[in-house]
Amino acid sequence: MIPFQRFLDEQRDVVWRFAVASVGRQDADDVFQETFLAAMRAYPRLRADSNLRAWAMTIAHRKALDHHRARARGPQLPGNVPEVAAHDPDPGEDPLWQHVRALPSRQRAAVTLRYAADLDYAAIGTALGCSADAARRSAHEGIKKLRQEVPA
Amino acid sequence: MTILSPPSSAGAAEAAARFAATAPADVDYAVVDTPVGRLVAARTQHGLARLAYEDFNGGLDAVLEALADRLSPRILERPARLDDVRRQLDEYFSGRRTDFDLPIDLAAVRGDFGRRILQACRTIPFGAVSTYRDMATRAGSARAVRAAGNALSANPIPIVVPCHRVVRTGGGLGGYTGGVQRKEQLLRLEGRLV
Repeated sequence: MIPFQRFLDEQRDVVWRFAVASVGRQDADDVFQETFLAAMRAYPRLRADSNLRAWAMTIAHRKALDHHRARARGPQLPGNVPEVAAHDPDPGEDPLWQHVRALPSRQRAAVTLRYAADLDYAAIGTALGCSADAARRSAHEGIKKLRQEVPA
Repeated sequence: MTILSPPSSAGAAEAAARFAATAPADVDYAVVDTPVGRLVAARTQHGLARLAYEDFNGGLDAVLEALADRLSPRILERPARLDDVRRQLDEYFSGRRTDFDLPIDLAAVRGDFGRRILQACRTIPFGAVSTYRDMATRAGSARAVRAAGNALSANPIPIVVPCHRVVRTGGGLGGYTGGVQRKEQLLRLEGRLV
């Protein structure tokens, strides 16, 4: 079994990029920390032949989902600002990710896992608990929606 | 619309460092430079569990993989948590320390006899030497000289558990887990060889 330090070294960049894409730069660290904490807890029980990238991204996806759900449940005060505005824009970031964050949850997950984490559709299916084909459809639907919202 | 370009990885290294600072790892390690070469030092919550000559154990990755199998895969590089080990090794190699004052963890050593041999070895003082036969006797089995040799050659914490102070009854140096040259070097440092 590879030592956790190597796992951290090998997965940290992709988990970070995914977290930034999925929840924004401001909150990315929360998702990152929760992902590796959960990974470290479960690590001794992991099968030695597991695909570590897919496993790490499955956890990261769930933590990002928790984050989005918590935000959706957040204080419902009168005049609460819409969800997209809650993400501070990051000057160095492709502004399209702002729109990705506002996609329906399954499309958002498929698009971020594909374009921020560079997973193939089989691994995205593993993370989302669906087939590779269904993962591909979700990503395509998300991209289609982006094209409608953001003209070229 | 162009294809989505991934966000930058800037910030990932800092996030990983923040994680490592407080993560509940079972084993912390650091690489320590000494006059006898690079050592991989690893500790558990109970104490120092490994001090490996990097070159004689297949390199850093092989040492860490063996630790993952024998102790726990939840291993992180946290040099600050091995500061006392590094400091005491520095003092030993500069002649300012004759005794290590470090808790050790022999849980990964196989067998009671092996642990008793290593405990007996710990009592050999700086500058003295003992024999494999004496170690076997003190571990309760005078005839198990070969088993004593095996246990000492598998010593996971050389230098701190001073297996270099155990030599052959006839006066030969015997083997060493870091190569016999290092055994000579350590005995020379302790004034046993010129």
